Amino acid sequence: MKVLTLNFLTCAVKSCKTSVDSFPLHPKDAELVSDDVELNPQLLVNLLPRIDWNALRTTATELGFPTLPEQPPTPEELQADEKMLQDLHKLLMETQISEGKLVCGACGHEYAVREGIANFLLPSHLV
Amino acid sequence: MLPTPSTSHVPYSRVYEPAEDSFLLLDTFSQDSETSFLSTRFPAGSSPTPLLLEVGPGSGVVLAFLTAHAATLLGRSDVLTLGVDVNWFACEAASETVRRTVGEVEAEAEGVAGQVDVGNGSGEKGVKPRKSQRRSGHLLATAQGDLASPLRPGAVDVLVFNPPYVPTDELPTLPKELADPTTATTTTTTTTTTTTTTTSNDSEKKKPVPKTTYAQESTLLALAYAGGRDGMEVTDRLLASLPEILSERGVAYVLLCAQNRPEEVKARVRAWESERGRWMAETVGSSGKKAGWERLQVVRIWREGV
Repeated sequence: MKVLTLNFLTCAVKSCKTSVDSFPLHPKDAELVSDDVELNPQLLVNLLPRIDWNALRTTATELGFPTLPEQPPTPEELQADEKMLQDLHKLLMETQISEGKLVCGACGHEYAVREGIANFLLPSHLV
Repeated sequence: MLPTPSTSHVPYSRVYEPAEDSFLLLDTFSQDSETSFLSTRFPAGSSPTPLLLEVGPGSGVVLAFLTAHAATLLGRSDVLTLGVDVNWFACEAASETVRRTVGEVEAEAEGVAGQVDVGNGSGEKGVKPRKSQRRSGHLLATAQGDLASPLRPGAVDVLVFNPPYVPTDELPTLPKELADPTTATTTTTTTTTTTTTTTSNDSEKKKPVPKTTYAQESTLLALAYAGGRDGMEVTDRLLASLPEILSERGVAYVLLCAQNRPEEVKARVRAWESERGRWMAETVGSSGKKAGWERLQVVRIWREGV
């Protein structure tokens, strides 16, 4: 699963949906692999408005990537900033989580990731 | 006509094989009316990247079709796609189907671009072919889960669901050991009816080959078709989650069969309350006409005036 996925996922436990701590899920013991994807600046520019930047900053830091700036770049800034384009492309489009866990900051439930597939099925007591 | 993605690698003993319902979805998305609806709803270049979720992708034939032909079907290639399936084998199969199909489509696009360059009269041999325009979107992940439960509220722009729609007396439940078959290998090896999938060149990988019994495989397939009362028990849960899961511009495509009473379903959706705009539900594709009845149909659900 691409790292970008974490920006769209949350804890599957119903009562966690309203808690701010359930997003983003926190990777734990994550093994990362990298795909070769061609850089598409337009994709990154169109992605910006729908990214939760604070959550992405958290994810990047937790996975050991360089700290992202506090504020997201504007589309114009991003288009002109080759380094930022490369960094975001690598983090969002190329990096995949292959093994590990995703932990909810609200209820503490750990979702396993195996062979790149995260398992969000809940044990019966959490449904 | 766009080619149907190949699913020859999918283990059909554990994953629903593409059938009339899957092909109806492919046909529906290929129609001019749908490509024009989607490219108007998500105009290329001027609106944020759309996120497409298929719930229960099974073999991945529909997810692969939509991902690989994003430029044709949605009018843009900056489309992100996701699949969530309760069946682990389906997650694995669907992701492979998408990978293969995207690879084929991009290779073909490259080939065409290369030929155009060679034949354009430049006279230069060995000129590096111009990079072709990407045709495909990007698969983010397939994940195991219950319907859209792992998705952040308001995240999904296009949702596709080919549900278990056959009316049945009972609704199957996923056996506990199949909730995570990658760790269940050791517990099922003693069963006499296990089937083993072996790939000769896989032996060096540490990856265990999950085994399933015949009974487990029957349950996995039943989960893909058995819909309980009126064939609507699972679909009703998904429909109930749409107002929360869909973005404001979001649109869902849900396949129904005649026994699901599609007219009543559409009327119920249209009566949903909405703070902004109003809910719409229309049949946008159908197949299997029998004595004036459409056996299968695809219903598009969206908000207008938002």
